[in-house]
Amino acid sequence: MRNRNYRLLNQAAVAIVLFIAVAGCERDLSDEATFATFPTQPDIFTDNPIGLTDEFFISFDPAIGANTEAFDTDNSEAYEGSSSIRIDVPATNDPNGGFVGGIFLDRGEGRNLTGYDALTFWAKGSTTATITGVGFGSDFVEDKYTTVRSNIQLSTNWRKYIVPIPDASKLTQERGMFIFSADPGSTNGAGFVFWMDEIRFENLGTIAQLRPSIFGGEDLVEQGFTGSVRQVTGLGAKFNTATGGDVTVAPSPRYFDFSSSDTSVAFVNESGLIEIIGEGTTTITAQLNGVLAEGSLEITSAGAFESAPTPTRPESSVISVFSDAYSNIPVDYYNGFFTPDGQTTQGGATPVGPNESVISYTDLNFVGIGFFNNVPSVNATAMTHLHVDINVQEAINPGDFLRLQLLNSVGNNESSGVFTINGTELESQEWVGFDIPLSDFAGLADRSQLGLLFFISDTTISNIFVDNIYFYQE
Amino acid sequence: MKMILKNNYVKLLLVVSLFIMGCNTDETQTVTNFDNLVLEDNFDVDGQIDTSIWNFDIGNGAEQGIPGWGNNELQFYTDRTENVTTENGFLLITARQEAFNGSQYTSARLQTKGKFDQRYGRFEARMRLPYGQGMWPAFWLLGDDSDGEIWPQVGEIDIMENTGDKPTEIFGTIHGPGYSGAESISKLYDLQNDRVDTGFHIYGIEWGPNYINFYIDDVLYNQLTPEDVADETDGEGQWVFNDRPFYIILNIAVGGNLPGPPNADTVFPQTMLVDYVRVYTE
Repeated sequence: MRNRNYRLLNQAAVAIVLFIAVAGCERDLSDEATFATFPTQPDIFTDNPIGLTDEFFISFDPAIGANTEAFDTDNSEAYEGSSSIRIDVPATNDPNGGFVGGIFLDRGEGRNLTGYDALTFWAKGSTTATITGVGFGSDFVEDKYTTVRSNIQLSTNWRKYIVPIPDASKLTQERGMFIFSADPGSTNGAGFVFWMDEIRFENLGTIAQLRPSIFGGEDLVEQGFTGSVRQVTGLGAKFNTATGGDVTVAPSPRYFDFSSSDTSVAFVNESGLIEIIGEGTTTITAQLNGVLAEGSLEITSAGAFESAPTPTRPESSVISVFSDAYSNIPVDYYNGFFTPDGQTTQGGATPVGPNESVISYTDLNFVGIGFFNNVPSVNATAMTHLHVDINVQEAINPGDFLRLQLLNSVGNNESSGVFTINGTELESQEWVGFDIPLSDFAGLADRSQLGLLFFISDTTISNIFVDNIYFYQE
Repeated sequence: MKMILKNNYVKLLLVVSLFIMGCNTDETQTVTNFDNLVLEDNFDVDGQIDTSIWNFDIGNGAEQGIPGWGNNELQFYTDRTENVTTENGFLLITARQEAFNGSQYTSARLQTKGKFDQRYGRFEARMRLPYGQGMWPAFWLLGDDSDGEIWPQVGEIDIMENTGDKPTEIFGTIHGPGYSGAESISKLYDLQNDRVDTGFHIYGIEWGPNYINFYIDDVLYNQLTPEDVADETDGEGQWVFNDRPFYIILNIAVGGNLPGPPNADTVFPQTMLVDYVRVYTE
């Protein structure tokens, strides 16, 4: 029984176990002492799959368009030996699915990859197409340590490709040996073939100068409220390689150690989920393998968000643009960022609690919510009113105003109407609800194809929250 | 180092190795041990460079009559602590991207001219190099020209050069009359499973009458002799390394003919760490 376990041990582990046996002579050596000894087999595919499941390729779900017919091995092409993996990347309009991809899964309990620094493979294409992504660490169960290098440019000769391991010390028991995804995006929708061979983990010794990043390397500043959550996004790990210059991979959050400078304001879990729990300011940063990541998020939490009153009208008489109380119409954007037209307004929809969000605008001069471009416009002929809740986040001065403008049939026989709310009708730091008859939008003759709602302050009011924007029938 | 290097290292490597194999140099090689330490700088005093050993070259080379230091290099050398200092037992030469006296980059170059010049011996330094496109660190020797003789007659021995876009490759080179600049005699060494910017390596030469051995760590990767020079230059080149004492230079150049300019991926600042410089005689 024990002997069988020992066979899996590497020499270092044997030494440790022996040391324990000598030093701790009072205790009998238990089977539990033989942990962390998964196979270190580096090869994934040479001429055959190595140590992989019988059906070693597991495709992405055909329901999302993955073509399961596109994967095969090829005994007439090989970089080394006699066989390679052949991928027939389908055309965009292939009835069997317009992309190909999936994973290779280890047959056993997983492998110990801590001694390697990169996944490497050789590939060549029938044309100089680009493969969407290649990597490892995905097992279609937990996907804990997924790492993907995007946009692999093929050559029509065999060429070696490297996917650096962000932090190999994490990979003590990994089943996700290989993941790839390819579509004809780089070939104008036409299918192509590529071959892969000699897929393995290696300890190159030349993967160095790690530069990790979160939030795409940007230092972001955001407002938050107790109970709301954010995801750390834009994860990257840039390495310098021996002959290929810098190579960047996208690691999963689990490779990073996240931290919050004030854990009474917010904390981050190992999946990169930020939870705001109190009032104050905190900065979210991260390290990857001991190296501080570029990029951060400074969150200022004003404590619990004071919500707007929950709407009570029945859903059947409402067309909702933005409200947690209703199912909303799809929109193009909550902030069109018409910067070339002089817009200064920042912000948009933002979470303020569990399952709760508002629209927050800062530096307001004007801003549009669009629902006409890639989504249906709104036929509001049966509707009588527009409802909107507004909470001004600053002192209100004489002369301040907020003008609402509705546009019908945007850009094509367009018409529009405006309604002005005087500053005296608004409150600072308090929600005020408005029910505006659509007939009060002077100049809006037709409302069968509403597509844009503007908030215009001409900088008299700079910071507002907006919630519960919906058309309704009285 | 001093002039354009663009020769075909692969070709040279082949020629040199054929020569060595063909002539059984080993049988006639004189084995000498250079174990008498005559110069040692361990850079052990923080923030202080020993000026009894080192001079600073300053500027972009224009004052010396070779703008761009003869290679269209982009840096302005200074002796500011931002570019050169000692810390924790290391000499730090740091290349920075900054507008300075008309240049876009600053760096430093130390040399021992007039303070330590020697003919023959073992010259070695333990160093960790910078990385990135455009970096050109070097540890090299120039022949003393105080008798009025000029380069390349004075000779040049590049103990170690590297370009930062190739972090696994270093090369050792000699320049002399008939084999200078683009025609210099050089050999590349490619580190296996290792890099020059992640750890320290010892770069050195063993130099005696009619031979120079180039090594990295415990690997002797090239020997050059007057026969090599004759072979490389069809008998035109002259071995000038028995003639005069040479002095030591340590620097990082930025850009220039050999590495090309830095690009968007190049990270600044970049620092070369030197643990020690040691020179031995027989």
